[in-house]
Amino acid sequence: MGSEDVKLFNFHASPFGQRVIWALKLKGVDYECIEEDIFNKSNLLLELNPVHKKVPVLVHRNKPIAESLVILEYIDETWKQYPLMPQNPYQRAHARFWANFAEQKLLVAARIARLSSGEEQGKAVNEAREAMEKIEEEIKGKKFFGGDKIGYLDIVIGWISYWIPVWEEVASMKILDPLKFPAINAWITNFLSHPTINDTLPQRDKMVVYYHSRRKEVSPS
Amino acid sequence: MSMYIAKSRLSYIHTNIHRTQEIVCSQIQLFNMTPKILSKDICGRSWNTARCYILDPFVSLACRKTKSEVKLLGAWPSPFVMRARIALNIKSVSYEFLEETFQPKSPLLLDSNPVYKKVPVLINQDKPICESLIIVQYVDDVWSSGPSILPSEPYDRAIARFWATYLDDKWYPTLRSVRGAKGEDDRKKLITEVGEGLTLLEDALNKTSRGKDFFGGDQIGYLDIAFGCFLGWLRVTESLTGVKLLDQVKTPCLVKWAERFCAHGAVKDVMPQTEKLVEFAKMLMAKMAASTPN
Repeated sequence: MGSEDVKLFNFHASPFGQRVIWALKLKGVDYECIEEDIFNKSNLLLELNPVHKKVPVLVHRNKPIAESLVILEYIDETWKQYPLMPQNPYQRAHARFWANFAEQKLLVAARIARLSSGEEQGKAVNEAREAMEKIEEEIKGKKFFGGDKIGYLDIVIGWISYWIPVWEEVASMKILDPLKFPAINAWITNFLSHPTINDTLPQRDKMVVYYHSRRKEVSPS
Repeated sequence: MSMYIAKSRLSYIHTNIHRTQEIVCSQIQLFNMTPKILSKDICGRSWNTARCYILDPFVSLACRKTKSEVKLLGAWPSPFVMRARIALNIKSVSYEFLEETFQPKSPLLLDSNPVYKKVPVLINQDKPICESLIIVQYVDDVWSSGPSILPSEPYDRAIARFWATYLDDKWYPTLRSVRGAKGEDDRKKLITEVGEGLTLLEDALNKTSRGKDFFGGDQIGYLDIAFGCFLGWLRVTESLTGVKLLDQVKTPCLVKWAERFCAHGAVKDVMPQTEKLVEFAKMLMAKMAASTPN
């Protein structure tokens, strides 16, 4: 499949787009990455994702797919090498459940924490930590959420390995305490040392600049 | 895989079941299949009351799915519970429906869904599966010999999943907040948003149905289930606000689709009557008003 068949509209600091990159890379799928300026979105992006007007959007054979979790399952169903989802229906349901949980409980709280301060931030940090506790239980005794290999759930939750430390720095808060979450920290070490995962990470300093600017928009002081 | 069990094995099980109510055998295997046969005296009442598992690599045991094997913990007004029921109905799976008590939440609910403590929860062979759309996909995966719920092509599956996510993340929360709207302006704004969403869904129906009756084509599928479950509450909102949301002019295809969906064999017995839902909604609103301090 030529690279012209697969296009990814992304923004460098997007944790959602990163999931798609990891999935495509693990499967060895060639793709063209088109960087969107999210402060000045292209007409093409707005055409490809009129409902949400967001990145990432995967375009395969001229057909666009939006929403990172939807894109991940599409990628797994289209390119059969390096399966990401478990084979067993119950384990698949289990992986989807925790992906959904991490999205609804951890990501939402962590986002609020990186944009807020004071009491509101404190509340969000606590909620994020509570969600982390549940995820800590899930990863205990396993190298990856997928078992011996990186799988769907690792890719979905993978953002915490790189994005949370940046958000902690930008917003002067702490969610990922290594003493409280030893299993997650061990998983992060394993995850980030995988060459495919590591080689595609965005530049940290650019990310810090971006997230600082987002935080300033919301609380100028 | 053989659907039959050797006669000698059968008589072993039979004798043992009748001797003791519960048999714990050294090895366990229970297959997830709908059997064509097996004598009733083995697969009927005996299996309902006894738990017995045997393993024989050369012989497979096919056990008729008894109601107690598959349980669904739910609540009649819940659109999310309805999704699970429709999926099970499409696959002709026999299941036991357990109406959740709430106030307080039952031990079974707290045990089987400790993370969210919500319905629906599907329990299959003692394993709980939570979250309605995850349950629907699980049912489609497990009972794969029945009619397919998700489309077969990856792109069509992605589109169905996209719209189902949109419904849960954006559209339904907006519909729900109409009832709790503070002031006429707020209500109007939310109603407009609901209407805009319906226009998007009208367009999605035209694209995915390809001229057929349902989002899934000839048969109801994933997106029909994901959206159709909200029709009851949509009608409640129309009734309480006096505003027609699904109308002939703006969403003619959805109007026809809604009628067909509600009349479908897998849906009609689990779709609550709008009048009952309206009563239930009024009761909920009264409770909320009573508990809100002045």
